Amino acid sequence: MSSRLPVFLSLLAWALFWELSTRIAGSTMFPPLSAIIITIGDVVQLKSFQTALVVTARAFAIGLGLALVVGILVGALMGRFDTADRILNVWVNIFISAPLTAVVPALMPLLGIGETTVVATVFLFAVWVIIIDTREGIRGVSPSLVEMARSNGATRWQMFRKILLPSAMPEVMTGVRLGVVRGVKGVIIGQIIIALVGFGALFETYLQTFQMTRFWALVLVVFSLGFVLVEIVGLLERRLTLHAKSR
Amino acid sequence: MSAETLSHDPSASSEPGMGLKDRVGDLPPIVWKLLSFALFFGLWELAGRIPISLAFPPFGDVVVALFGLISSGELIAAYGRTLPPLLIGLSITSVFGVGFGVAMGLSRTSEWALFPPMIILQTAPMAAIIPLITYAYGIGLTAKVIAVVILSLPMVTLNSYNGIRYTSDSLLEMTRSFMGTRRQQVVKIMLPHASGMIFAGLRLGISGGFIGIVLAELLITPTGIGDIISYYRSVARYAEMFAAIFSIIALATLVLTGLQVVERRIFKALGQGSLR
Amino acid sequence: MTSVTAIRMAEPVEVADIIVKAVDISKRYGDGTQALSDVTIEFRRGELTTLLGPSGCGKTTLLKIIAGLLPASGGEVRVDNRTVYGPGPERAFVFQDFALMPWASVLRNVAFGLELRGTPKAEREDIARRYIKSVGLAGAEHKFPSELSGGMRQRAGLARALTVNADVLLMDEPFSAIDEQMRRKLQEDLLELLREEQKSVIFVTHSIEEAVYLSDQVVLLTRNPGRVVKSIRPGFDRGAGPEAVRRDQRYLDAVDDIWSQLKQYLS
Repeated sequence: MSSRLPVFLSLLAWALFWELSTRIAGSTMFPPLSAIIITIGDVVQLKSFQTALVVTARAFAIGLGLALVVGILVGALMGRFDTADRILNVWVNIFISAPLTAVVPALMPLLGIGETTVVATVFLFAVWVIIIDTREGIRGVSPSLVEMARSNGATRWQMFRKILLPSAMPEVMTGVRLGVVRGVKGVIIGQIIIALVGFGALFETYLQTFQMTRFWALVLVVFSLGFVLVEIVGLLERRLTLHAKSR
Repeated sequence: MSAETLSHDPSASSEPGMGLKDRVGDLPPIVWKLLSFALFFGLWELAGRIPISLAFPPFGDVVVALFGLISSGELIAAYGRTLPPLLIGLSITSVFGVGFGVAMGLSRTSEWALFPPMIILQTAPMAAIIPLITYAYGIGLTAKVIAVVILSLPMVTLNSYNGIRYTSDSLLEMTRSFMGTRRQQVVKIMLPHASGMIFAGLRLGISGGFIGIVLAELLITPTGIGDIISYYRSVARYAEMFAAIFSIIALATLVLTGLQVVERRIFKALGQGSLR
Repeated sequence: MTSVTAIRMAEPVEVADIIVKAVDISKRYGDGTQALSDVTIEFRRGELTTLLGPSGCGKTTLLKIIAGLLPASGGEVRVDNRTVYGPGPERAFVFQDFALMPWASVLRNVAFGLELRGTPKAEREDIARRYIKSVGLAGAEHKFPSELSGGMRQRAGLARALTVNADVLLMDEPFSAIDEQMRRKLQEDLLELLREEQKSVIFVTHSIEEAVYLSDQVVLLTRNPGRVVKSIRPGFDRGAGPEAVRRDQRYLDAVDDIWSQLKQYLS
């Protein structure tokens, strides 16, 4: 991405377009950007927003945490053992591109119409890409490194902890970053389908009471939070994979 | 083509013999797939029989329910409402996604204008605005089509863009050294080079489109496959609910796998010269 | 710089015998790196001249400037005594990574230079077939690059450069991505081919043996910034065949001479 004009100018132009077109059209569904931005200040001070943020963050953190642990372990298993790979590969490849939105309603009677279902949705959205990328990473570990460790008498756990995981780190971190992107989508999708929890409930309320400016303000806040999160993970990814260049 | 079907089958050719080291590895991949399916559905059946939850029917019941839904015509009617907006949305995505992507790859100005919003559309949880769209456009076709386009367009656009943008420098240089025109560069090098990425992008787009259509239908009462899922959940007939979920996931998987097979066949054929 | 001029002046040649001349070429990149500094080289008609030097000496940059693929920051390139400003029909390039289209057959790849010029299909494929044969690829016309070994791919790259009937072949480390045994075979075949085709060749390499074995003239470049340090004409008889050449005292002396020159610039 090397353009003569900086990226933020592009976004500024689109913001301006939004502002002008909504002012001209005068649609109630799409309020002008300036009004939305002003409303953001109000929305973030609402008790309901802060509660929703805590609930959402908690569900996201738990779901993603589970996805990380399961994803990396299963991915490593598939990377190291052909039998595990042959049995699981089909399913991982089905679920990574399946319409998992359809599964959310099935979670509700199983796990209750509440936070647990949202946690499960985050997990379901995030875990597959982490598995696939970890598997790739582990498969790509240099055989001579593995032989070196084995000839020096490394135990299974040492092999995993000291050789496989660090070697596979670039791919694992890519998986984690993509998992975070998918997890953010999962937490929002879970909440709007359930419509009773966190931001999902707020979106629903604003729509039903026709508070469009607040609705859009919330959308922008959620997008921004998602972006900050992904950026942080991106930074972490670069920090953790510095050595990869010199491999 | 029929005589070559076996050797073209990607799963059949992907695994060379593993030798004596790994006896079970000698099983052909298709057997492994069947084993894997059997294991998964067996565990499902078992979990449903225990049962781990009243809302989790055994696999057998789900299959029975699926046949029930098919023979009553309910499922087919539902897909009659689900598939048209999906197809319309995906057609729009194919035209505009590839168009935008190629334009972005070729012109700095369109790259500047479209790249940032596309990245946002791809990274942000766009699902958040789908309730608004269903609210604004009602339960008709339009809302569903928009939902499909929103969730499928960015992948197709960005993949097409990357395919064009990252055309091998040395091929471009080669065209220049033989005094090719810009037009020749685009038509003879960049587009063929990007075709693989574009195709892959379309697959990702279709996957996104399925997510979008189901989401739209879950949020709008009462149409299509999403409605079947919601309805049977509300009346606690979980076997039917799982059957509907199973059907949409199976459909998406079949479509995507089919495309992948076609894709591999095209590129394999190209690699063997049988298409020219 | 002065020493080079002195060497060049010591053996003046007729202007008509100079096919390509690089005059005071310099190249500075946007980040301030000086890749080339006042490089002047004359390339004689019908000869093979190598540009030899360590990585970073700007030899490939120089070749691409001569090809018209990169603009120079200063100086000019003359072909047949006319200044050129971009790629031209009298020069054809052979790429280090072959630059073959993976989706096209050998035949289409080889004919591609003519395809870009709008030569009718039947005609260009006839010409392409001829050169596919002369580089030793006969029978591989309908294969795809992925089905060929590195050596065969570069033969296709060479055939493509020959089809356009350019006087000058510009070869950018053409054999460096090819394994040692195949490289020797390709070197011998190239010399053989050049005896039939009247071409002038500018050849970039980092292998001293390759440079001496192939060249009528070897131009040594060094880095920071890239400049010419010496020009050598090995001047042994190639008629005796490849094995004899590689044992020829003048061949061995030239290799030693170049190595002793180059190693003082390595640090």
